[in-house]
Amino acid sequence: MSAAATSPGLPMSRIKPGRIVAWTFLFIGGVIMVTPLLFMLSTSLKDASQVYDLRVIPQAPTLDNYIEILGDGRFTRWFVNSVIVAVIVTISNVFFDSLVGYTLAKFRFRGRYIVFIAILSTLMIPTEMLVLPWYLMASQFGWLDSYWGIMFPGMMTAFGTFLMKQFFESVPDDFLEAARIDGLNEFTIWWKIAMPLVTPALSALAIFTFLGNWTAFFWPLIVTTSAELYTLPVGLSSFAVEQSIQWEKIMTGASIATLPTLIIFLFLQRYIVRGVMLAGLKG
Amino acid sequence: MSAVAHREAATGGLWSRMSLGQKQVIWAWGFLAVPLVFYAVIRFWPTFQAFYLSVTDWTITRPASYVGLENYKRLFADPLFWEVFRNTFMYLILGTPISLLISFVVAYYLDRVRFMHSFIRALYFLPFLTTAAAMAWVWRWFYQPVPIGVINDILAGLGIPQQPFLRSTSQALPAVLAPAVWAGLGFQIIIFLAGLRAIPVTYYEAARIDGLSEGAILRKITIPLLKPTLVFLVVFSSIGFLRIFDQVYNINSNDPGGPLNSTKPLVLMIYQTAFSSYEMGYAAAQTVVLFMILLVISLVQLRLMRDR
Repeated sequence: MSAAATSPGLPMSRIKPGRIVAWTFLFIGGVIMVTPLLFMLSTSLKDASQVYDLRVIPQAPTLDNYIEILGDGRFTRWFVNSVIVAVIVTISNVFFDSLVGYTLAKFRFRGRYIVFIAILSTLMIPTEMLVLPWYLMASQFGWLDSYWGIMFPGMMTAFGTFLMKQFFESVPDDFLEAARIDGLNEFTIWWKIAMPLVTPALSALAIFTFLGNWTAFFWPLIVTTSAELYTLPVGLSSFAVEQSIQWEKIMTGASIATLPTLIIFLFLQRYIVRGVMLAGLKG
Repeated sequence: MSAVAHREAATGGLWSRMSLGQKQVIWAWGFLAVPLVFYAVIRFWPTFQAFYLSVTDWTITRPASYVGLENYKRLFADPLFWEVFRNTFMYLILGTPISLLISFVVAYYLDRVRFMHSFIRALYFLPFLTTAAAMAWVWRWFYQPVPIGVINDILAGLGIPQQPFLRSTSQALPAVLAPAVWAGLGFQIIIFLAGLRAIPVTYYEAARIDGLSEGAILRKITIPLLKPTLVFLVVFSSIGFLRIFDQVYNINSNDPGGPLNSTKPLVLMIYQTAFSSYEMGYAAAQTVVLFMILLVISLVQLRLMRDR
């Protein structure tokens, strides 16, 4: 903690004691924030006999829980399901939300404003209200218990469309005009010229959509009934109920569900934080 | 070459005679075609259907038939609904101010910290990336009695009596709320940081030249200029707390919403009415009530924040 005072590049005289106190409190708060994650990970590395030993660093760390849980096959299956669902929905949103956002931002045609307002108005409708009609629709078309059943409600979002529209509006028309004079068709202009100019927004949209679908629980819980089609959160929930008090197993399952997003964050921290700021400010 | 040119002349006759503006219109509607079908079928139609289902007696075995406002009458006469209504607002009334206060204080100081800035920010942000359903189990484990639960273990070490947490009707709701607040802080901190950074430095410099104290600068410059950020976060997090479900469902899976319905929010009631009792029409009425609550809360907050 005293490291703040000795940090290189800052003259000692400019560091006020108040700053050091503030830094220390922030640091302690940050450690408290990740404590649940540390305990989850550490318990997943303990065997049943060590679970009641609440040390953060396990005395005899073991990967047995992971080997047992992944070996039983269900978690691997749920993991794959979650990846498939989250990736496809993310690709769909990046494609369609930006296509619609671009059209509403850059084309002049009658009805544009009405389309925009209509899409925007769906933001006011909570998912929970649509869940029963979706369930009815899915059961009528035989979509219950299928990947498509899990995915169809989220293939496009008004939030993503609105976000992309905001960003495409800042793309200069001259660029697009120049491409038009060169004889490119409108689809190529969007895909090859406009899209590369909004990559920060695209990555923000991709991050939010992926995270939202990776952690989604309510709709997958409703639409899936057979264990083969559970996503990780739903699978974990049913697994944990069945384990009842084997906390080291439950913590291993929770780690498997949580680690992928944490690891992605470690590599993409800069983009993710920027993406959240962009989405929050423009959205 | 000539074959292609020929075909273009034949089929493209109409196309090539169009003005650039007319072509643009066709392209635009072409781009919008699939999305418009999606929004019509997956968003608008289900919205109307939800209102319609709420005035029917649809169950899993019985097709829907019109019953008027019967479901709403039944709901408003149901003591469980009022209990759930109270719980849902408790999540909102406790969750929103507490989480915004903590995240503002953290962001305010973190904004001035340079040393290990992005590391500390990452510590606060990580919980936002977790799966609520998984974290509910971690917290559930924390709340267990000794020797299993971490929190009671710490309390025992400090000589403080054991707390029942999830087993008590008065402590369970805050105990369920804690992981929801915890997981949301990182997002709010990042948004506050972005808002703080958008305030021009010259404002602060001018205030310092005028001899304003730090507290006065906070009150007269920082908070007023953060208002758009604050409005966004208040509305966003309020909607989140009013729709709480994943944590509640998982933290007490043998009796979701328990003990004695003391933690049950509206979305859980909807889920149980629809998929445990299979009273779909009644559940649809509850979703319409949820919609109304969200709408009123958002409008009231936007109004209040704008006037001030």
